[in-house]
Amino acid sequence: MQTEIIIAGFGGQGVLFAGQLLAYAGMDEGKNVTWIPSYGPEMRGGTANCTVIVSDEEIGSPLVRNPSAVIAMNRPSLDKYEDQVKPGGVLVVNASIVDRPVNRTDIKVVEVDANGIAEKLGDKRMTNMVLLGALLANLPVLPQAAIEKALKGHLPERHHKLLPKNYEALSEGAKHKAK
Amino acid sequence: MARELMKGNEAVAEAAVRAGVEAYFGYPITPQTELLEYMSRRMPELGRAFVQAESELGAINMVYGAACTGKRVMSSSSSPGVSLMLEGISYIAGTEIPMVMVDVMRGGPGLGNIAPAQADYNQMVHGGGHGDYRPIVLAPASVQESVDLTVLAFDLADKYRSVAVVLTDGSLGQMMEPCELPPMQPLKTSFPEWSVTGSEGRERRSLSSINLDPSMQEEMNFRLMRRWQEVEANEVRYKEYFMDDAQFVVTGFGSSGRVALTAVRAARAEGIKVGLIRPITVNPFPIKVYAEIVKKVEGILVVEMNAGQMLEDVLAATKYQTPIEFFARMGGIVPFPDEVLNEIHRMVKGPLTTEGHPRDRWLNRTAHKK
Repeated sequence: MQTEIIIAGFGGQGVLFAGQLLAYAGMDEGKNVTWIPSYGPEMRGGTANCTVIVSDEEIGSPLVRNPSAVIAMNRPSLDKYEDQVKPGGVLVVNASIVDRPVNRTDIKVVEVDANGIAEKLGDKRMTNMVLLGALLANLPVLPQAAIEKALKGHLPERHHKLLPKNYEALSEGAKHKAK
Repeated sequence: MARELMKGNEAVAEAAVRAGVEAYFGYPITPQTELLEYMSRRMPELGRAFVQAESELGAINMVYGAACTGKRVMSSSSSPGVSLMLEGISYIAGTEIPMVMVDVMRGGPGLGNIAPAQADYNQMVHGGGHGDYRPIVLAPASVQESVDLTVLAFDLADKYRSVAVVLTDGSLGQMMEPCELPPMQPLKTSFPEWSVTGSEGRERRSLSSINLDPSMQEEMNFRLMRRWQEVEANEVRYKEYFMDDAQFVVTGFGSSGRVALTAVRAARAEGIKVGLIRPITVNPFPIKVYAEIVKKVEGILVVEMNAGQMLEDVLAATKYQTPIEFFARMGGIVPFPDEVLNEIHRMVKGPLTTEGHPRDRWLNRTAHKK
């Protein structure tokens, strides 16, 4: 069993960290995992993405053409990845800033006002956690508890005061089920 | 032992630290920089030497000097940076002293780009620097193998007084995977009889790659080659997947080998009897392994991220006795598994031939991409 997830958005939206968190959680659950970022002559505000694979067996290619799931944190990411999601897969969209509907009807679409929810929680930086929560509620890859454990286990001690807010953000996101 | 999630470049650096590296000299270049950056923090912490040199030339010559002491030393770079270091690497080989070099390959030739590639196989495996020398070249395909082979590189470099290269690429360097790190090894306390450690109370030793007398030089050339025969006899490493009943074989090293694994699994799921051979030592090349499978399989598909550099070694090992096909992406593009799967389908469908060159067939097939 192998699950592939692409997380994409603007640099600064927490794309790479959300992916790392998934990878940490997968590792802690005893799975094989890979995390690979797009890297290049990137700049602040440019696009960023990473691919995370969680698998029961040795992982071959770290990149996939058709992932099981995509989190599109902005419009360019939706435009780039909508067609790539495996039929039956999951597409989580940050509806706060994506200004068009999803066209695919053969996948599970989850639209989340992630910026709005994060701001309501008091910190816009939680947007990635809201979307991650929404992903996990619709994709049977890892339980939310595994992500919470990974946050606690791998976030530096000095950031631990932020843990409750992050858990809350995950839970708010998890309230969104695909239509 | 607990697994840690590490970036390939950082994992190599920590593995080197634990293998007892006492001096690191380098110069930043993407996609290798995290390795140097990690060392800049970690080495001083342990009271070991770290120097960011003024250039790759400076770095490799610092390695040369430090290696003469018999201590474990290393450098790392990426393709264009390694080109700059080759003169020094040849001198180090000519002085018969150990060093570990890490090459995180990127797209080329020239300045190219910073994306993953395997186009420096020939540069590392078949020389690069001038003169007759053979570096040991290890090709990991995962972060864990990057760790294990870095440690092995130090052991082999010491054992054979040789340059040992860990040949990775931008993809392996940038990706994170769980890995188990080895325990911290104690630093060396005794040094080989050739090492220059201060001559007080003993006869002076001298190390150099200069041999003005050709007969002395030839003697040294023989010594290097006889030592290489030992490496070939003892150090070949490779990994096989699904080879028991394989009628067809895919082969590739490093990143292309692991992409091929996904394609081979997909082909197996369709009932195609295909296996995978992934060389771990690309120098010494597992010649016998390929020579053996010729008797058992109907065709071999070589997959690389270059225009067929390892392909020539496979052709030499199999002596054109079995049909060979070739597929590659170049310029910093990593193939997707479905591209390799298509090639497996094509190979299985045939017809296959031992006539002509696999590279020509590949180029002709991909002509539409012009």
